[in-house]
Amino acid sequence: MTLMTKLSGAVAALALTAGAVAAEPALIFDLGGKFDKSFNEAAFNGAKRWAEETGDSFREIELQSEAQREQALRRFAENGNNPIVMTGFAFGNVLAEVAPDYPETKFAIIDMVVDEPNVRSVVFNEHEGSYLVGMMAAMASESGTVGFIGGMDIPLIRKFACGYAQGVKAINPDANIVANMTGTTPAAWNDPVKGSELTKAQISQGADVVYAAAGGTGVGVLQTAADEGILSIGVDSNQNYLHPGQVLTSMMKRVDNAVYEAMTAGTDLETGINVMGIANGGVGYALDEHNAELVSAEMQAAVDAASAQIASGELQVHDYMSDDSCPALSF
Amino acid sequence: MDKMPGWADAVLVPLISLILAAILSALVIIGIGEDPIAAFNLMVEGALMRSSGWGYTLYYATNFIFTGLAVAVAFHARMFNIGGEGQAMIGGLGVALACLYIPWPNWYVALIGATASAALFGAMWALIPAYLQAKRGSHIVITTIMFNFIAAALLNYVLVNILRPQGAMDPATARFPEATHLPTFQDMFSTAAAPMFRGAPANVTFFLALLMCVLVWFLIWRTRLGYEIRAFGHSESAAKYAGISPVKITVVAMLISGGLAGMMALNTTMGEAERLVMNATEGAGFIGIAVALMGRSHPLGVLLAALLFGFLYQGGAELALWTNIPRELIVVIQALVILFTGALDNMVRMPLEKVFLSMRRAPKPDKRSAQTGPAE
Amino acid sequence: MSTAVAEESEIDVTQVASAIELKGISKAFGPVQANKNISISVKPGTIHGIIGENGAGKSTLMSILYGFYKADSGEIFIHGKKTEIPDSQAAIRAGIGMVFQHFKLVQNFTVLENVILGAEDGPLLRPSLNKARGVLKQLAEEYELNVDPDAIVENLSVGHQQRVEILKALYRQADILILDEPTGVLTPAEADHLFRILDNLRAEGKTIILITHKLREIMNATDTVSVMRRGEMTATVKTSETNPERLAEMMVGRKVLLHIDKQPAQPKDPVLEVENLRLIDDKGVERLKGISFHVRAGEILGIAGVAGNGQSDLMHVLGGYANATGSVRVKGQEIDLTGAHSDGQSRRARGIAHVPEDRHREGLIMPFSAWENMIFGYHRDPAIQSGPLMNNAAIKAEAAAKMDRFDVRPPNPKLAARNFSGGNQQKIVLAREIERNPDILLVGQPTRGVDIGAIEFIHQQIVRLRDEGKAILLVSVELDEILSLSDRIAVMFDGQIMGERLPEETNEKELGLLMAGITDTDSAKMPEAPMAFSEDDLQEVAENAESSHPEPVTETETETGETAEADPIEAQDDTEAAEPAEEAAHLEKAAQDDAPVEEISTPSAEAPEPEDVPQTDVPAPEEKKPVESVSIGGFSATIQQGAPSAVTANTKPKEEQDTEAAPQQPVFKSRARPNKEGDKDG
Repeated sequence: MTLMTKLSGAVAALALTAGAVAAEPALIFDLGGKFDKSFNEAAFNGAKRWAEETGDSFREIELQSEAQREQALRRFAENGNNPIVMTGFAFGNVLAEVAPDYPETKFAIIDMVVDEPNVRSVVFNEHEGSYLVGMMAAMASESGTVGFIGGMDIPLIRKFACGYAQGVKAINPDANIVANMTGTTPAAWNDPVKGSELTKAQISQGADVVYAAAGGTGVGVLQTAADEGILSIGVDSNQNYLHPGQVLTSMMKRVDNAVYEAMTAGTDLETGINVMGIANGGVGYALDEHNAELVSAEMQAAVDAASAQIASGELQVHDYMSDDSCPALSF
Repeated sequence: MDKMPGWADAVLVPLISLILAAILSALVIIGIGEDPIAAFNLMVEGALMRSSGWGYTLYYATNFIFTGLAVAVAFHARMFNIGGEGQAMIGGLGVALACLYIPWPNWYVALIGATASAALFGAMWALIPAYLQAKRGSHIVITTIMFNFIAAALLNYVLVNILRPQGAMDPATARFPEATHLPTFQDMFSTAAAPMFRGAPANVTFFLALLMCVLVWFLIWRTRLGYEIRAFGHSESAAKYAGISPVKITVVAMLISGGLAGMMALNTTMGEAERLVMNATEGAGFIGIAVALMGRSHPLGVLLAALLFGFLYQGGAELALWTNIPRELIVVIQALVILFTGALDNMVRMPLEKVFLSMRRAPKPDKRSAQTGPAE
Repeated sequence: MSTAVAEESEIDVTQVASAIELKGISKAFGPVQANKNISISVKPGTIHGIIGENGAGKSTLMSILYGFYKADSGEIFIHGKKTEIPDSQAAIRAGIGMVFQHFKLVQNFTVLENVILGAEDGPLLRPSLNKARGVLKQLAEEYELNVDPDAIVENLSVGHQQRVEILKALYRQADILILDEPTGVLTPAEADHLFRILDNLRAEGKTIILITHKLREIMNATDTVSVMRRGEMTATVKTSETNPERLAEMMVGRKVLLHIDKQPAQPKDPVLEVENLRLIDDKGVERLKGISFHVRAGEILGIAGVAGNGQSDLMHVLGGYANATGSVRVKGQEIDLTGAHSDGQSRRARGIAHVPEDRHREGLIMPFSAWENMIFGYHRDPAIQSGPLMNNAAIKAEAAAKMDRFDVRPPNPKLAARNFSGGNQQKIVLAREIERNPDILLVGQPTRGVDIGAIEFIHQQIVRLRDEGKAILLVSVELDEILSLSDRIAVMFDGQIMGERLPEETNEKELGLLMAGITDTDSAKMPEAPMAFSEDDLQEVAENAESSHPEPVTETETETGETAEADPIEAQDDTEAAEPAEEAAHLEKAAQDDAPVEEISTPSAEAPEPEDVPQTDVPAPEEKKPVESVSIGGFSATIQQGAPSAVTANTKPKEEQDTEAAPQQPVFKSRARPNKEGDKDG
C-alpha cells in the first residue's frame, strides 16, 4: 500500500512537470533517427540553434514504429506542445487526420504539403539549387562528363537530379550526365561504401565532378572523390569543409532554417504552404574559404545571374515532381 | 515425477523472470541518470491508465497474439518457426492485393476476404521451408530465417516497382479504398459524450486475434490434428509408430503457423496504416517467439504475454516521449524482458525446481510448505 | 600407469581399511526416496556386486559416489579417509573411475584423444598423446585391454568402446572402478571378455563395484554382493555363501516362484505370412535379408536374437513404419509394404496391433496423460470423434476402464505417462493394443525395464490373447522369455532367420549357437549366408548340438562344450601362424575383438575369409548368453544353472580366461577392419 501511494505520488509529480513545460515546441524525427547525417540531423541542428539562442527547451522523439507517428502527434498536442514540427513526407497522411482534432495547435511539416488551416507545409525547391550546382559542375568539368549519385530512388531525389541535369545542359548541351541511385530502400540514405563504389564507377566512365544527393551515403562519395582527385558537390548542409579544396560546392537545403523559423515563430506560426526556394534563401549554393579557389569569378557570375533569373521567375527550372518526367535526363 | 506444480511453471517462472528483467532495466535507467520508478509509472500511466493508451497497448498486443500463436503452433510440432516476420510481410502483401484489387462492398466482407488472403499468403511463404524440412531435412530455423530476408527483398521489389503509386515518395502502396477501412476501437466504443480510444490504432482485428486464440486452443487440444501435432512434437519416432506422417504434420503445422503469422498483417496494414508500407511488421514476428516461449505455447499464455509485450511497447513509446531515455535504451529494456522471459527461461526454472524439490522433501516436519502460501 | 599400480600395492599393504565405505547415505528426489540410509563397505582388491531391480536405487547410489548427486545425508570414506565428493573431478581425485551404461565418449575422436580428454598435461596435445600411448600399451598388456589407440571411437564396437571407458578411468589412476550395468549392451562374448578384464584388474589390486540386475553375473564375477530394494540395502553377503534364489528373493522382497502356466498351443490357420522380406536402410545397409515365416492363429512365435540383428527392423516393417520389399499376407491378403497405405494406421486397420520394443521412444508419448496415450495410434477411430473434435470425455472413461482391467497403478488417467513406473507404462501400452481385439499382436521386449510383478501379469495377458486364438509375434532378447512364452522359436542373426525350433525340443545352448549365426547341418533353413563350413567345423557344431539336451545346461556340459571347441582353434592357428606372435600377445589379440554384432551393421566390411566366421564364437554365446538374464520367464532355468557349482569366484574366472580366449581368436580375424586394429596393437 505504501508503495502504491509512493507510486501515485510520483505520477502526480510527473504530471506536474509535464504541465509546467507546456507550450514548448516539439520536434518529431522520422524513423531514420535523429543522427542520420542528413535531413533529421539538419532539423535537429535548427532546433538546437533555437534552444541555444532562446535558452528554452523543446520536446523531441525518435519514432520506433509506424503506429507511433499518430501517437506522438496526439500526445504532444494533448500535452500542449506548440508548435509541433515533424520531418519527412511520411507524416503527411497522419497529420491530415490529426491536425483537425487540435485546432489550437500549430503544426509544421517539412517536405510535404498538408492542406489544413493549422499546418505550415515547408517544401523546398531543390531543383533550383541543384540547377545552380549543375551549372558549376559543367563549368568545372574538363571531361564533359559529370556524375550524380542519389540516395533512395524516390521522386524527391529525381527532382534533385533533374534540376542538376538542367543546370549542366544549360552550360554544356553536349555534356554527358551519369546518374545513379544508391538503392530503393531507406537503407540507401546511409550506405557510404556503396556511395564510394558508385563514385569509382562514375569516374571510370569519365566523370570528373560528382554531385551526391544521398544523405549519409554522400560522405562516401565525397571521400572517394577527394581520394581520386576529382571534384564533388555536397548536399543539404554546407559540406565544403569535409575536404577543403576538393568539394566544389554544396547545394544548401536549409531544413535547419525551416525548423528554426518555425520554433522562433512559436504559437504565431504562419500556416499555409511555405515554399523555400532561391528567392527566399531556402536553397542555394555554398561559397566559403574551403572552395573559394575552385569557384572562378566567371563561374560565380554565371551562377549568380541564373540565381537572379530564377528568383525573378525569368528562368523556370523544370520540377520533376510536377509531371514525373525530366527533359534533361532519363532515369 | 513433475518437478514443480503447474501453477509455478506457468506463473511463477515468468513472474520471476519479469522481476529480474525489471531490476536490470532499472539499473540501466539509473545508469543514465533517470528515475526508474518514475519511468515505470510513466509506462503504466501511458499504457494502461488512459483508454487511448490501452488502444495502443492492444494494438501492439494484437500483432503479438498473431505471431505468438504462429510460433506456438509450430512449437507444438517441435519446429522453431523464426520466419513469422517474413510470413507476416508476405501476408501483408496478401492483404494489400485483396484490398486494392477487389471491390469490397463493406468492411466486414473485406475483412473476411483479406483474412483469407493474408493467411493464404503467409501459409504459402511457410510452405517452402516446411516442404524442405519435411522432405529434405533442411533445418527449419535456417530456412525460415533466410526466408525472412527473401520476403523483405521481395516486398521491397514489389512495393518499389509495382505497387507504388506514380510519384509517391516512400515505397508503399496507395491507400486502401474507403470500404476496406476497419472500424477502430474509437469508432466502436466512443460515444459523443465520452470519446474513447481517441486516435488509437487498436481495431477490430483484436477480436479476430482473440478468436484465433480460441480456435488454436481447440485445434491443439480438442482436434485429431492437434493431437497428432502434439504427438509428433513430443516424439517423432512415436508418431511414426502410430502412423502419423511426419511430412504431413510438418507441412500442415507450418501452414497453420504461417497463416497465423500472415494474419498479423491485417492489424498493421488494413487496420492501422490502411496501406502497405515497407516495414509493416516492425519485428513482431520475432517478438512472437518470446511471446510463445513466455506463454508456454498455450493460447491463454500467448494472450497474456502479448498483452505484456504490448504494454512494454506502448510504455516504451511513452518513455521516449516524456523522458530523455534514448530510443536505443528503450529497445535495450524491451530486449532484456525478451531475454529473460524467452531465452533465459531455464536460468530461473532450474533453481526454482530445486527449491520446490527441497520443499517437497520435508514438507511436514518444518512446515515449510506454509511459506509458499504468500508466494502464490 | 605403473605409478598407479605402485600406489595401490602400497595401499594394499598399509591399509586394512575398506577401499570404499558408505555410511548412512540417503537421497531423495522430491517425494521419492531413492536411497535410504545405505551403508556398505568394500574391501580393496575385490569385486563387489550391487544387485537390484530397475529403480531400486543402484544408479543413484553410484552417482552419489561419483559426485553427480549430493547425498542428503551420510558419509563417504575412501580408504578409511572421510571424503567429500561434490563433483566428478573430486571423485577422480579420490581414485574413483566410472564406466557408465551409456558411454561418455566423443564419437569422432580417436581412442587416444578420448582417453586424455580432460586429463591433458598441458596446452599442447602432443606430449599428452605420446604419454597416453605408452600408458595404453602398458595397460593393454597388463589387463587384456587392447584397443587401437588411433581408431576413431565411432568405428569401434560397443565392447571396445566400453574398454575405452575403462582405459579412461585407469589413465586417471582410478583404483576403484564402478561399472553400471556393463553387460547391457554387450554380446555374450564381449561380456565374457569384460569379466576377464575385471579379473585381471582385481588381481592387480583394483577394487571393482559391479552394478547389475543379472544374477548370473553376480554369481560368476563377484566376491561379495549387496542387494538393494526400493532404495534400501537389504543385505550384503559373500557371493560364495548365497545362491541366486536367495538373491532373487531379497531383490523382490518375496519368494519368486514364477513360471508361465500355459496349455499347449492350439494353432489354426496362418494369420500372418511373411515371405522374402528385405529391408535396406537409409545408409544402404541391408537389415533384413529375405525373411520368411508365418504365425498361426492361437500361437506365439518367438523371435530370438542378440539385439541389433534385424528384429527391430522386422517389427518396424510389420508395424508399418519402415519400407521393405517382399510379401506380407494378413489372413491371406497382401498388405502394402511401401507407399501411402503402408503406415501404422493402415496396419491397425488390418488388425495388427503392436507393442513396440521401446515404449519410451515409440509406444508412448511421455508427456501425454495416460488417457491420451490410451488412444495413441487409434486416435482416428470414428468412434471417439464428435464432429470435428475428439470426444475426450468418452476417451477418458474408456481409458479409466482399461486401466482398471489392466491393473495400472495409480489408476489415474490424467497422470502423464512418464510418471508411471516402467511396468505400468507397459501395461498402458498393452491395454491399448490388446483391448482393440486385434488379429495379430506384435510384441517387442514386453518386459524390458519392467518390475517382476508386472512381468508376470504381462506374460499372462500375452498367453491369454493367444488362447483367444490370436496370432502373436514375440521379439525378445531375453532368451528365457522366448523359451517360456513361445510355441515356436525363430532365431535371427544378421538380418536372417537362422532356423526355427520348438521350445520343448531345443535349449539355450542351441539357440545361443543360432543367435551367433551358426546353423548346424540339420537346419532346414540354412540361409544363403556368405558362410562356408569346413567339414571339421560342421562336425564340431553338430556334436555340440547333439550333446546338449532339452534340460537346462549344467556347468559340466558347458565345460565340455568349451573343450570340444578347442580343436578348431588349433586348426585356426595355422592360418594365424604368419603373424608374429608369442602366446600372450596371441591371446590378447584373440580377445580383442569378439563382437560379431558390430559387423552386422556394416556388411560392406565383409570378411575376406568367410569360413572363419562359423567356428569362432560358438562357445561364447552358448556359454554365457542363456544365463545372463534374471527375467522371470526363465527364472527356474537360471537358478538351476547357477546352483550346482556355487561358483567360487576366485577360481572360475581363471578357467574362463584360458578356455575362452582361444576360441574367440578367429573372430577378429574374420573381419577386415578389426584385423587391422589387431595388427597395429601387436
